[in-house]
Parts: sequence; structure tokens; C-alpha cells
Amino acid sequence: MFRWIIRRDLILAWRRRADVLSTLFFFVIVVSLFPLSISPDPRLLKSIAPGVVWVAALLASMLSLGRLFSNDYVDGTLEQILLTPQPLYLIVLGKVLAQWLVAEVPLVLMAPILGVQFGLSQNTLVVLTISLLLGTPVLSLIGSIGAALTLGLRGSGVLVALLVLPLYIPVLIFGALAVDASIAGSNPQAHLSLLGAVLALSLVFAPWATCAALRISVE
Amino acid sequence: MNSLGCVRGDRRLFSGLNFSVSAGTLLQVTGPNGCGKTSLLRMICALLEPAEGTIKWQGENIRTLGEEYFTSLTFLGHRNGVKEELSAIENLRVASGLNGIDLRPKAAVKILRDMGLEGREQLPARLLSEGQRRRLALARLAVCNTTLWVLDEVLTSLDKAAVALVKSLIEKHLDNGGLAIVATHQELELNSGSFLRIELAS
Repeated sequence: MFRWIIRRDLILAWRRRADVLSTLFFFVIVVSLFPLSISPDPRLLKSIAPGVVWVAALLASMLSLGRLFSNDYVDGTLEQILLTPQPLYLIVLGKVLAQWLVAEVPLVLMAPILGVQFGLSQNTLVVLTISLLLGTPVLSLIGSIGAALTLGLRGSGVLVALLVLPLYIPVLIFGALAVDASIAGSNPQAHLSLLGAVLALSLVFAPWATCAALRISVE
Repeated sequence: MNSLGCVRGDRRLFSGLNFSVSAGTLLQVTGPNGCGKTSLLRMICALLEPAEGTIKWQGENIRTLGEEYFTSLTFLGHRNGVKEELSAIENLRVASGLNGIDLRPKAAVKILRDMGLEGREQLPARLLSEGQRRRLALARLAVCNTTLWVLDEVLTSLDKAAVALVKSLIEKHLDNGGLAIVATHQELELNSGSFLRIELAS
């Protein structure tokens, strides 16, 4: 059943490739705007790189959140999914995993290439990728709570951003600090471990909250 | 079901509703628009919490049964639950897969033919007409092996042949000891099973 939901969401994403690509292009463009607008000074670029990439990743992930449940809600498949004899927890986990694969993994893969624009060293690029790899699932997980809560509301896109962005702050801080530490030549492991801990926590609690929010929203 | 009450917003739609349905019975829910038919059906599906009263399935509250209850329930609502981007056959297979039935492509094709969707199996559902989408949604009834069917206004936008098809599906279901709760304005004359009717007042 778990594999059915993932398969379904992946096929749907493939049939709507434009949505996925627009998220990726948004990320690329936002990150590229900074070197163009601030200054080409390599030292300055290096120091703002972690923050810029991470903030862009946060904003880009907001774009795809709205679609997580709303399409299913509108055509009635969400009701059907709620009535399947599977634990809702697993279904939510499956949907979030599919969303992460489709919307976030391309960003993670693109980040090192964008990092080169900022003159980051190879070592730092690795740390950047690892931090995004640990941090972006948290964005999907926490975002799913917001998406479920605002289901069926008008103007839910902005509301999701207001609800969810403050909750993203720990991820942003630890993620950017890890890259910062690597640029400064110190060990980023502490920050990465904290990111891992946040991931573990949200993996346990976020789907549970999302389930509750979904049940309220369909009522 | 026990003294069921429904309040939507600040309006009391119905209260003190008591009924029970046994195997092989068709329960038709009728009443004017806005009288709470859909709300009642959604309560029976545990999608909506009753403002008062409890709904029991085989002696146990459906709220505590949870997923166990859903193994014996099939619900078709106003919205078809059909994904526009998926083809007819994918829609049917995914819906079955999520309900724990691994439907082979061949079997799916056969069911779609029985539902009068021959030649449309590979078409994305967005290209199907309203009635065809409804037929596609109803195809799930031919796949599922559940005891309780809850059907909300499923006969709308169906032609005569499809209505007959649905009736025969329900008849077969009742013959097998299933039960069906149907909200509709149309007359349902079936040749099998026993028949109950609830008329909700506005």
C-alpha cells in the first residue's frame, strides 16, 4: 500500500512535470540573483552563500507544498485515501516521501552546481549537499502539517507560508551554520548532527500531526 | 445507530435519528436538498463526527474501530475520486491497490469493459465525460470485497444503461449478504434483498 501511494504520486508528478521544473528554476534563479545584485567580490559571495542557498531552498519548498494535498482534496481522492484500511500515518509518510523525491531532491542535486557560482571549495560543497539532504526532508515533513491544516481554504498559499516558515527556522540555522563552519575551516559535524536530530524528531511527530490536521480538514 | 444528531454550523439538520441495518438490506436515504443526506452518509463513513449519538458497526463504535472498519467499507461520494492525469486503468488499479487489492491489468480491463468503458482504458480521465468518469468511479464497486457500501448520489449524470448496471451491482452485493446505504432522489427498485427508507425532513 505504501508503495502504491508513492508510485501514484510519482506518476502524477511525472504527468505534471512543469510544476516540478518551475520549483527547480525558481530555486536556481533566486540563488543566482544574489551574485548579480550584491557584488562580484569573491570573499563577500563566499560569506553569504550558505544563507542564500538555504533561504532559497526554503522558499522553493513552499511552492510545492500547496499541491501536496489540495489536488487530492479537490477531486475527492483524499476522502478515498482516508477511508483505506491502511494506517493514515504510513500514507502521509508515503505522500511526504514522494513530495520530497519530486520537489526537494532536484534542489539538493542542483545546489553544488550553484555553490560553484559563489566560489565554495569542494569540501564545502559536500557539506552543503549533506546539510540539504538532512534538512529538506524536515521541510517536507513540517510543511505537510501546514498544507493539511490549510486544506480547502481560500488563499491557502500565503497562509501556509505564514504558518510554516517560522517552524523552518531551526533547520535554516543549523543548515547554514554547518556550511559556515566548513567555510571557516572548522568541523561542521555538530551542526549536521543537530540537523539529523531535527529530522528524526520530525519524522516521528510531523506525520502524526498531519494525520490529525487532515481529519479535521475533511470534516 | 443511536439517536444520531447532526449540526452544521449553527443549523440543526436532524436529531434523534435511530436506525439499524442488517445484512442483505438496502437503505435508501431521501429528502429535499440540504436536509443532511450527505452529512449522514459522511458520518457513517467516519469522515464527519456526529454532534450527538454514536454509530456502531457490529456492536462497536466506528470511531474506535478505525482502520478495521474501513476494511469493510466502500464509499463513493459526490466527487468521483478519479485522478484526471491518470488513465482509466491506472485509476482503477491505484484505487484497488490502496485498498489492499492487487488488481492485474487484464482483470482491470475486463471490469472497465463491463462498466461500458471499452476502448477508453488508456485515456487520461480528464478526457472522459462526466458520466464516464462516474462509471469509472463505480467500477471500484466491482473490485472491492467489502460488506458495507455507502453511495452518495451515485446515479447522477448516468444514462439508463449505467443505472441498470449499478442496480445489478447492488443486487449482487445484497445477495452476497452485503448492505448498501444509498442517498438518491431516484426510485430504486431492486429484485433482491430487503428495503428500508429514511426520509429526512428539511
